[in-house]
Amino acid sequence: MGTIERPLPTPEAEALLGLTGELAANELAPRASEAEAEGRFPREVFRVLGRAGLLGLPYPEEYGGGGQPYEVYLQVIEELSRAWLTVGLGVSVHTLACFPLAIRGTDGQRRRWLRDMLGGELLGAYCLSEPQSGSDAAALRTRAVRDDEGYLVNGTKAWITHAGEADFYTLMARTGEEGPEGISCFHVPGDAPGLRAAPPERKMGMTASPTAQLIFTDVRLRADRLVGEEGAGYSVALSALESGRLGIAACAVGLAQAALDAAVAYARQRQQFDQSIIEFQGIGFLLADIATAVEASRSLYLAAARRRDAGRPFGPQAAMAKLFASDTAMRVTTDAVQVLGGYGYVQDFPVERYLREAKMLQIVEGTNQIQRMVIARYLGKG
Amino acid sequence: MNIVVCVKQVPDTWAERKLRSEDKTLDRESVDGVINELDEYAIEESLRIKEAHDGEVTVLTMGPEKAAESIRKALSMGADKAVHLVDDALHGSDVLQTSYAMAQVLRKIGFDVVILGSESTDARMGALAAMLAERLGVAQLSLANKVEIDGGTIRTQRVADYGFDRVEASLPAVVSVVEKINEPRYPSFKGIMAAKKKPVDKLGVADADIDAAKVGLTGAATEVVDFVAAPPREKGTIVKDEGDGGQKVAEFLASKKFI
Repeated sequence: MGTIERPLPTPEAEALLGLTGELAANELAPRASEAEAEGRFPREVFRVLGRAGLLGLPYPEEYGGGGQPYEVYLQVIEELSRAWLTVGLGVSVHTLACFPLAIRGTDGQRRRWLRDMLGGELLGAYCLSEPQSGSDAAALRTRAVRDDEGYLVNGTKAWITHAGEADFYTLMARTGEEGPEGISCFHVPGDAPGLRAAPPERKMGMTASPTAQLIFTDVRLRADRLVGEEGAGYSVALSALESGRLGIAACAVGLAQAALDAAVAYARQRQQFDQSIIEFQGIGFLLADIATAVEASRSLYLAAARRRDAGRPFGPQAAMAKLFASDTAMRVTTDAVQVLGGYGYVQDFPVERYLREAKMLQIVEGTNQIQRMVIARYLGKG
Repeated sequence: MNIVVCVKQVPDTWAERKLRSEDKTLDRESVDGVINELDEYAIEESLRIKEAHDGEVTVLTMGPEKAAESIRKALSMGADKAVHLVDDALHGSDVLQTSYAMAQVLRKIGFDVVILGSESTDARMGALAAMLAERLGVAQLSLANKVEIDGGTIRTQRVADYGFDRVEASLPAVVSVVEKINEPRYPSFKGIMAAKKKPVDKLGVADADIDAAKVGLTGAATEVVDFVAAPPREKGTIVKDEGDGGQKVAEFLASKKFI
């Protein structure tokens, strides 16, 4: 796995990416294929990353975060995903789950919970989707009913990454009328009585990363578990997703880079008709197109990240980055299988797994149709 | 407790290593430098001793300017401060001179326990710990895969072909460790940041009362007389299977005494 030359803003970012590369090479890459084949969640790997300080990078140092700009944090996600998407995506999801409390929590809430959430020992999950409410997230039905003792939560969330493994859940639930204004955000402890995860979904890829429904049956939450105002949950959910999409774009670039690495390595050493197949234009040009697309995806998410870091609006650009990078990952992983031919189609090489994993990135955190909708609406506003 | 961990920067084990044609010493400039692997275990052990007994971990490195990278890494893992012995006069020192120079620094900075890897991946003498102990007049506990400190007593397990010896000594002492002793930690991002602010004391030979005439290439007790580049790897033998492939492979293995 070669080093990607990255123009980074600070020496500390250089050091951080160096550390990330070391962790990816020693702790992630050697375990990925086997754990994916066995469907084993690498909880311990997240602890190692947590102790290294990688589970709170874009949040303030005063709460135990790394104080890093998105431009740097996302490149860490990319490098982790390049070695193992389950882990890169898991860190992105965890970071997403910390977002509402970090941005909208009270000082008291941040002091009480945020330090632990960013400190590395805990892992988070983000609970917005429901079985019948995916792209139409504002139609969610899980209810949190206010009473004298706080809130009583009932309902079922769906497609929850880390369900059953997470130490805390960032929950969007309905406290008011129908529509977006009736939704509130809660910080839920993973061991809350009445909370349980259904058996994990049997996915076509990302098998080491548990995805499951999360069922709330009379789950009792104290009033101070409400994050932000009542009814403000939907807007915080959307702004969390806006940043989360950048994370998915970085995941997609890491995965595409991994496929490119594998395809190039194979094409260099595979001999047919007495020459390396990379010397055949049919393969060489295919790889050239892959490399160009990966570089373009990386540039796109970094451009959006720099807008965010500069405090400028970045929503449409984040949508473009997620859309382009995940579509690119799909195409690149498909082409990588083609480069490896029959060897690409068997499980002894990782590229067929990459192809299965790429499909997920076109679906999660806003399907690519939703991303196009976000971009089109932005264009329509003129 | 005053813990000193000796850290050597060596050329990356996986890189092609060369000797310099002009003076037959190791070319340390043209390849990436890394912490000698066994010294990472020494750093980890020193941090564990500190965590268990309080105290301070000082990194001691002798080497060119470039070795500062390895010092930084040791500090980012959690060591408190460093002493970098750096002087052109030291270039080409052999293990005897190195042990003299480092012992002079250790006398100056003081120690309760000195920890180091049992050998380096470049020179592989494996003698520095013994020489340091001798020069400093303290006990040496070599090849340790376990270290315990109890008051003024240090106990180790010394690995041997037949198992291990239990070794006990009074502090101060010099300990060399093997890779079975622990699992070195990764630096944390915060550790990397904090390392930038930790003090690194740069000493020249004069600062450490080292007699310049006793160190360096000219006075070395050992000398590299000549060297040749390793021959390029020969092309392998290809066995074509014409119905007797298995037998040919077996004959080849037998000719090399593998079977």
